[in-house]
Amino acid sequence: MTSSGPQIPKIAVRGLQKSFGTNLVLAGVDVSVATGESLVIIGGSGTGKSVLIKCILGLLVPDGGSIRIDGAETVGLAGRAREQLTHKFGMLFQGSALFDSLPVWENVAFGLIQGRGMPRRQARDIALQKLAAVGLGAEVAALRPAELSGGMQKRVALARAIAAEPEILFFDEPTTGLDPIMADVINRLIVQCVRGLGATAVSITHDMVSTRKIADRVAMLHRGRIVWHGPAADIDRSGNPFVDQFVNGREEGPIHMQVRAA
Amino acid sequence: MMGFLASVGALALTFLAGTGRLALFAARALAAGLAPPYYPRLIVRQFVYMGYYSLPVVGMTALFTGMVLALQSYTASSRFNAESTVATIVVLSITRELGPVIAGLMVAGRVGAAMAAEIGTMRVTEQIDALTTLSTDPLRYLVLPRLVAGLLTLPLLVIIADIIGVFGGYLVAIYKLDFNAVSYLTQTQQYLKTNDVVSGLVKAAVFGFIVALMGCYQGYHSRGGAEGVGQATTYAVVSASILILISDYFLTQAFFT
Ligand SMILES: Nc1ncnc2c1ncn2[C@@H]1O[C@H](COP(=O)(O)OP(=O)(O)OP(=O)(O)O)[C@@H](O)[C@H]1O
Ligand SMILES: [Mg+2]
Repeated sequence: MTSSGPQIPKIAVRGLQKSFGTNLVLAGVDVSVATGESLVIIGGSGTGKSVLIKCILGLLVPDGGSIRIDGAETVGLAGRAREQLTHKFGMLFQGSALFDSLPVWENVAFGLIQGRGMPRRQARDIALQKLAAVGLGAEVAALRPAELSGGMQKRVALARAIAAEPEILFFDEPTTGLDPIMADVINRLIVQCVRGLGATAVSITHDMVSTRKIADRVAMLHRGRIVWHGPAADIDRSGNPFVDQFVNGREEGPIHMQVRAA
Repeated sequence: MMGFLASVGALALTFLAGTGRLALFAARALAAGLAPPYYPRLIVRQFVYMGYYSLPVVGMTALFTGMVLALQSYTASSRFNAESTVATIVVLSITRELGPVIAGLMVAGRVGAAMAAEIGTMRVTEQIDALTTLSTDPLRYLVLPRLVAGLLTLPLLVIIADIIGVFGGYLVAIYKLDFNAVSYLTQTQQYLKTNDVVSGLVKAAVFGFIVALMGCYQGYHSRGGAEGVGQATTYAVVSASILILISDYFLTQAFFT
């Protein structure tokens, strides 16, 4: 821990910019997350939500702006310092990104064995516990990821993200592709990680039911900027036309989807 | 004219930039090996994968290369009554040149392509990003073990290829060209120097490194789904093959006495 205190946010993003060629994706994003808080980022498809959290994780290098974790600047960190920082992170990828050459349990235990040097036997026990927490029995532990359904893969990916009990969790669409009951199990698990273990969470979702369950605060990304942020309880009376349109899923409104009638 | 010069210049710049990126990639992967954690299990796995499973292909091509060499050198030497040089030509060609080159090209097609496909798939499905978020350096975990395995495996494969190739030449000489077995074997050893074999093995180590490096590099930098991975695979094999032949010339020149 460097300089922690109630006033220093766990994550503070200022003026973050990122473009791919001529495609300006993030045009100055400002967002911060307090310690132990659960932030949900909403926004249309392709607005750069995944890009935003990949920048925070250090997987993409931003073109400009600042990202502070526990008050310390992280843009430009490399080598050991960067590796040290990633110990604080756990990430669920939108496409699961499981290692298909390893059995399920080793996927979950990977961060413990390779990242932290835990003995395999002990890591395996923890992996089985985490798999049970996402509703997967010991019988799937020895299977390969390719032998699982999409929803099961997502749950394994979630178990992998939380296995090392990191300080900051990132979930990219944790409930997409799950049935409503399993989605609720996952929502509860995320809440438990935040409330029970005191982790800080940043989630991306299109699922408003999930948003209401897991979010302390909500931020809406549109055209490369945060157009609204506020407490989760306020999303129905935000007074913001973008949020209204999104939350209620209407085609008419200020957000124009790039579609043409056939 | 200016347009032509400009495009030649642009090509040269692209080439230099590419070479620089490749060298940097190799240097970063090797530098990752200077500090723990090391992954001996992964090196062994790559070693077995590269070496053991390449044996049939390499053995087969070496056998026929040796056989063809015996026939061709007989044709050539019989034109000036120098048939006794067949054994020497076969063993020198195999150990100094054809053993390493053929094994290198075969392994490039078999292993280099597979490496590019595997690492490329991991790239486009974000598995490499996932490694990073799990506090594991992908260069250390994925690339370094393959480079080390490439460097060590190919010399061993080439020792076996040398033996099989010489044996192929022997078979043809004895059963097809009616050479005397004892004198053929004596001639095989007579003019062979340690340096012939050693230079071949040094070449093999370099070729093995090239194959692994190109497979990893192309895979690591692939993008854009299945098409990108397919392209990376092709580039890996083509660039490794070209680099093998180019470096073969310079290594031969360096060892030339
Ligand atoms: N590696 C990349 N190279 C080039 N462009 C990229 C890359 N990653 C993302 N983009 C572009 O950035 C934009 C935002 O992508 P991103 O994946 O962040 O969207 P998203 O908000 O997560 O959408 P979704 O809800 O559909 O997942 C898109 O226009 C995409 O084309
Ligand atoms: Mg996304």
